[in-house]
Amino acid sequence: MQVAPSETSALHSYSAEVRQQLFEYVLQLADTSLILGHRLSEWCGHGPILEQDLAMANIGLDLLGETRSLYQYAAELEGQDRTEDDLAFLRLATEYRNPLLVEQPNGDFAATITRQFLFDNFHYHFLRQLVSSPDERLAAIAEKAVKEAAYHLKWSSEWVIRLGDGTAESRLRLDKALAGLWRYSGELTTPTALEKSLQAAGLIPDYAALLPAMTAHLAHVFGEATVPVPAGVFMMTGGKEGRHTEHLGYILAELQYMQRTYPGLKW
Amino acid sequence: MTQSEWPLWEVFIRSKQGLDHKHVGSLHAADATMAIQNARDVYTRRLEGISIWVVESKHVHASNPDDADAFFDPANDKVYRHPTFYDVPDSIKHM
Repeated sequence: MQVAPSETSALHSYSAEVRQQLFEYVLQLADTSLILGHRLSEWCGHGPILEQDLAMANIGLDLLGETRSLYQYAAELEGQDRTEDDLAFLRLATEYRNPLLVEQPNGDFAATITRQFLFDNFHYHFLRQLVSSPDERLAAIAEKAVKEAAYHLKWSSEWVIRLGDGTAESRLRLDKALAGLWRYSGELTTPTALEKSLQAAGLIPDYAALLPAMTAHLAHVFGEATVPVPAGVFMMTGGKEGRHTEHLGYILAELQYMQRTYPGLKW
Repeated sequence: MTQSEWPLWEVFIRSKQGLDHKHVGSLHAADATMAIQNARDVYTRRLEGISIWVVESKHVHASNPDDADAFFDPANDKVYRHPTFYDVPDSIKHM
């Protein structure tokens, strides 16, 4: 199933099987950015200070922008009549393919920062590789998103350091957040059968190749924050295959309410 | 216990190459690094700038409004300080 770069410039050059796999994978990326973007939007008006309230809304908007490009591409790959809105607003929780980490509740500011840092560390390093994908659309989306992700990672890294190496209170909260969220970090780099297949085809980055840079950055940030890197924690998986924590249903109830109640409603 | 309010910072943005940094407002931040990041998030969301300066507000020293008469009024009647009493030769462009 090796796909040569020259054959991938147009959608019709993919076999039906690869095209279906790519559709499911692009949907997974879109769901991931949508759910995390939505979580960040929940902070709007509730941030600890105005400047950070805006920062979280900005990051949420970056993710929603990335989501739109991805859903649009997914809709094209599917080739049915579904639009980006249909894909975002009219699918069930079990059809969502986001990893478990991004659907976890905001908790306090430390929990949001921890969730964001664990995601950003993956997202940024992943996008840096995705820009070289032979799939031109994914490469173009990554090209735009990687600049945003670089800022997200800078922002969340500095907050992990501030909270970890800050006051006794901030450290306590960071430790608590990490104890709750670390178990969801492994799923990001644990490939599913679908991801393995696309990695073998050379269409998406090999996660194992991302690990050295991710581990090095995490070790640097945790070192500065004086926080030990957790070890020996059982990693939860399943979100990328539709097995979610109880939180996703509540997110979708709020996110999809308008389209479910007034089908076809537009701004 | 630490102070509950972060210090205030003044933010200066340069909108494009060749122009000056202009004061755009102020914000709270714990230190300079955070102030620059906050300024990026608060003041450059709509492509307003390409460069940011921040200065902690306490380092800005202002003239006293009570001194305004003594400071500024004496310049009011010194029109000869404006370079408007010369005829510019035709061969000089871009004046």
